[in-house]
Amino acid sequence: MENVLTRYRNTTILVAVLFAQIIGLAVQIKKPTEAGPMRLLRYWVVSAITPLERGVVGAGHGLRDLWSDYLYLRGVREENRELKQQIEQMRIEEVRLQQDADQARRLQALLAFKEQFISQTVAAQVIGTSGSEQSRILYIDKGSAEGIQPDMAVVTPDGIVGKVLRVFRTSSQVLEIGDQSSGVGGILEKSRLQGIVKGSGAGEISLQYVMSDEKVEPGERVLTSGGDRIFPKGLPIGTVTGAAPGRDLFLNIRVKPSAALGRVEEVLVITKVVEKEAESDQAAGPVRAADILAQRLPTVERKAPSAPPTPGAAAPPSPTPKSAANASSATPKPSPVAGAPAGNPVRPKPTPAPTRSGPSLETPPQTSEGAPR
Amino acid sequence: MSVAVTYTSREEIEVYRFSPFATVLIPLFAILAQVFVPVKLRFFSVFDLPLLVTLFFAVARRSQVSGLMTGAIIGLLQDAMTHQPLGLYGIAKTVVGYGASSLGVKIDVENPGSRLLIGFGFYWVHQAVYFLVARNIGGLQLEWRWVHTFGAALANGLLAIVIFAVLDRHKQRA
Repeated sequence: MENVLTRYRNTTILVAVLFAQIIGLAVQIKKPTEAGPMRLLRYWVVSAITPLERGVVGAGHGLRDLWSDYLYLRGVREENRELKQQIEQMRIEEVRLQQDADQARRLQALLAFKEQFISQTVAAQVIGTSGSEQSRILYIDKGSAEGIQPDMAVVTPDGIVGKVLRVFRTSSQVLEIGDQSSGVGGILEKSRLQGIVKGSGAGEISLQYVMSDEKVEPGERVLTSGGDRIFPKGLPIGTVTGAAPGRDLFLNIRVKPSAALGRVEEVLVITKVVEKEAESDQAAGPVRAADILAQRLPTVERKAPSAPPTPGAAAPPSPTPKSAANASSATPKPSPVAGAPAGNPVRPKPTPAPTRSGPSLETPPQTSEGAPR
Repeated sequence: MSVAVTYTSREEIEVYRFSPFATVLIPLFAILAQVFVPVKLRFFSVFDLPLLVTLFFAVARRSQVSGLMTGAIIGLLQDAMTHQPLGLYGIAKTVVGYGASSLGVKIDVENPGSRLLIGFGFYWVHQAVYFLVARNIGGLQLEWRWVHTFGAALANGLLAIVIFAVLDRHKQRA
């Protein structure tokens, strides 16, 4: 026996090493949570590698900042001027969006909707990847010391990136949505069809479990549904690029991620999500659903009194004295119509019912030129 | 009496060794580059620098035990950076390290042509072992992509020529 082992020493060692690794692998597969020497090895390796990565990233950014902030300043003045113009335009746009958001909030309050607010985020820098095509992992430079915990959502302004998988003291592992073990609750923006966004071996994502008899158009946006309890509802995931009948009864809906997953350098980790019922604008007092719907729905403009005005006669009394009164009370917020872009269809101004009680939501008519700046 | 058949261009097979400095730092640098460079250049994850380093050490030392141990250690370190169970890369690189060192005894591994073939061929072996282990033991739902694997194998073969030439400077005659 000893002779055989000596003769086949190399092969024996090969078999022993492979056997040990297979046993270790089997143990890890059986146990859902990583523990013992495996966790220790991973912890050591990540703790040894990530500080080096952090150093390399820091040095790279230092050099880049030195170049862009102090040396390469060509066209900065022109860019500054353009940015100032953009800010002005965005301020106008912001007023309009604020109005829409206020209105939506009031409607949600009436329906007792529960909203999820992202109340706290931590900005982090991507310092590494897994380096493997089979494991779509990012490493960020924030860990448990900064309050990061597993299963927190990781996003960019463009869309979601993934979720925190493992947390170390000064770094964390983020599982990208393109990984094949990833799954995110998704909903199509227009058709409101729900499914699960899953990754593939090639790092692409698709919306699955949508019945094949549904119609899905390319270009439709896919948002988070909030059903996975990780990503807050309504964050962009991607855009549908194509849909075809897949296996079983479901469609195979290909999705292009909103976030540039291959070029992510900075991310936001959502560390706190507050769920609360939407609050209406209390300053305006109690508002009836009918009033809000009247504001939203197009109505027929009230015609002028049938009697033609005689020259020199006094102008007919306004049919909306209350609106006029409100107009004089200097409402701080402009009308939704006020900031509407010229190209957008503007709904006719609703006419208040004569029997309305309580404060009106009406504001004096303004044109887009009258938008506050 | 059995005669060992070799296809080397020399009378004697040259065996090399490496300084402890190079033995530790070269694999570490390969792993660091493998996990860091794709942050800036995503396509870089097609390359497998730890695999090429494993191949280089295995064919230079020409010792099967040394080759398989190098492969196992580098593979496990690489596993630790992924989110998958430890051992998938470890097993694949153990097999590759053993195979490359066995082959290094038989053929000339000093010219660019053979290095291209080593990089190309062992990438296939590595991916096949990884795929089999990940599917059958790891329970992962992987898709085997022929065209992609062919392209990646070719890319790694070409990179092997460059990497081996760079690392040749650290070789010391045993």
